[in-house]
Amino acid sequence: MPSNYLDFEKPLVELEEKVNELKSFMEEKEIDLTEEIERLNKRAKVLQEEIFSNLEPWQILQIARHPERPTTLDYIELVCDEFIELHGDRQFSDDKALIGGIGRIGDVPVTIIGHQKGKTTKDNIERNFGMAHPEGYRKALRLMKQADKFNRPIIALINTPGAYPGVGAEERGQAEAIARNMMEMAGIKVPIIVVIIGEGGSGGALGIGVGDRVLMLEYTYYSVCSPEACAAILWKDAKEAETAAKALKITAKDLMELEIVDGIVSEPPGGAHKDYQLSAQLLRDEILKEINKLNELSPEELLKQRYNKFRKMGQIKEESEKILSEL
Amino acid sequence: MLKDFFGKSKYVTVERKSRPSRRSSEVEGSGKEGRKEMPDDLWTKCKECKEIIFNKKLAENLKVCPSCGKHFRLTATERISLLIDEGKFEEYDANLEAINPLDFPNYEEKVEKYQRKTGLKDAVITGIGDINGHTVSLAALDSRFLMGSMNSVVGEKLTRAIERAIDQELPLIIVAGGGGGARMYEGMLSLMQMAKTSVALKQLEQAGQLFISILTDPTYGGISASFASLGDINIAEPGAKIGFAGPRVIKQTINKDLPAGFQTAEFLLKYGMIDKVVKRSELKHTLGKILDIHQMGSMRGERDA
Ligand SMILES: [Zn+2]
Repeated sequence: MPSNYLDFEKPLVELEEKVNELKSFMEEKEIDLTEEIERLNKRAKVLQEEIFSNLEPWQILQIARHPERPTTLDYIELVCDEFIELHGDRQFSDDKALIGGIGRIGDVPVTIIGHQKGKTTKDNIERNFGMAHPEGYRKALRLMKQADKFNRPIIALINTPGAYPGVGAEERGQAEAIARNMMEMAGIKVPIIVVIIGEGGSGGALGIGVGDRVLMLEYTYYSVCSPEACAAILWKDAKEAETAAKALKITAKDLMELEIVDGIVSEPPGGAHKDYQLSAQLLRDEILKEINKLNELSPEELLKQRYNKFRKMGQIKEESEKILSEL
Repeated sequence: MLKDFFGKSKYVTVERKSRPSRRSSEVEGSGKEGRKEMPDDLWTKCKECKEIIFNKKLAENLKVCPSCGKHFRLTATERISLLIDEGKFEEYDANLEAINPLDFPNYEEKVEKYQRKTGLKDAVITGIGDINGHTVSLAALDSRFLMGSMNSVVGEKLTRAIERAIDQELPLIIVAGGGGGARMYEGMLSLMQMAKTSVALKQLEQAGQLFISILTDPTYGGISASFASLGDINIAEPGAKIGFAGPRVIKQTINKDLPAGFQTAEFLLKYGMIDKVVKRSELKHTLGKILDIHQMGSMRGERDA
């Protein structure tokens, strides 16, 4: 059996195993089993659709964290016709957990920033598991301001468990870096497309998350805190993470309903890691569509709409006796 | 007794508009630990120097330990009394209340519990008031209310306070104090209040208004990583614990002991994250001086755009 399958995929993997067995049996014994194989393949397809159309938030989170999931650089490679990575925040260092650069998608020049995870342990240690330091956020801001100067749309790809909790990060102002980015992103006069491509971990995600369109890939999550942390705090038991994942409303569908995100980008059957090419194609189409729409707005209109979008987020109860509203 | 002191005319009455009658707010001790060790209402044991302090004495000293200078936490009401000229505060948006948008288990009960405990509707009081004669838009968080965490109500009230500062051309002062960051029970709606307040502060900046952020113990997570770090001037109280990630999380992550004085106001000053550490007894005076100087700027007349 392949090592990297998820619990709920087990019946599917077993079916695939069976197909493989039949195939080798067929070759060995020179018996024609094509019909049987065809039948099993069809069943697998139906089963996959069934499983993936009824995923629980916790299962979606596992796909979002899948070690083989395409990373920011994987998407850049497949989405862009050209890309040049640019490094450093000009103040302290170059953060490998949050990368950026300039590129071209068809005839559209873009600036892309995004959290970068690794796939192997070694790779992940180098990328700090996609957990950025302040210098990562400051590099992102530098590149966004550059994009603003040269009138290039910005694409921000989010994929982080959270901003890094460490001594150096605190010394260099992790909180300030994230806060500053959100504030400055409100004033950048070019279209900003934000896409959650894997994990949307809290403030670390939001630090590059203020944009005109916030999209989520189908099997990703975006959360105020990790379900594990939430469970540990509220239920005093990290094993309740599944319950927390549900309660926190972290899936693309939930966040569409709460009007936190603007759209969902489809993924190939079984998740983005099953077909990099198709995932990238779907993402590219969506990005180009949104950029084209946003390009029609004047900078003033763009900023106004961006402000209003975030301004109206939240749900409260306001008694009617209130008369002092300045809004 | 404490109540008397902060209620005393010397330290100002907080006027409220269209506010249903409510219990006069209780004055908290030093937080959980301090309260536990309080033998009765007369004493508080300082958890820093272990000194036993008369509560009356503590209140007279603005809830700062007379022997070691530890700054105990203030409630939002006490903070307003400390900073605003007598009788010169008008509360706004007092009737905003939390709902349970995610149907999160037990959230309503939690909110009700803290409403009873604090006499507040949620974790922030906002309004307009005078500091040494300067009218400002003021917001003060209350760290007792679900750890001073930010939810839709807190974010909305802060944003309106920012918008009042823009519309009425007032300086903005926000006193942050919350260890809870973005409030979990409202999920992403809470997280997005970080973005909401930050984008509103961009508008304040574009309107050319002053924002002074006052960071008090504790300021963490979604509070520190949004409005609290974005002041034109950031001021912290001595010894206040301020940071992005909680010390326990950091310790677990790096598997090492944290350096002495880590994440204190003085630590942030050393690393250039705040402008000043100002004692509580001097806070109003310092703000008054900043506002004096700030007002002089306008004597140069309109600046070319
Ligand atoms: Zn003391």
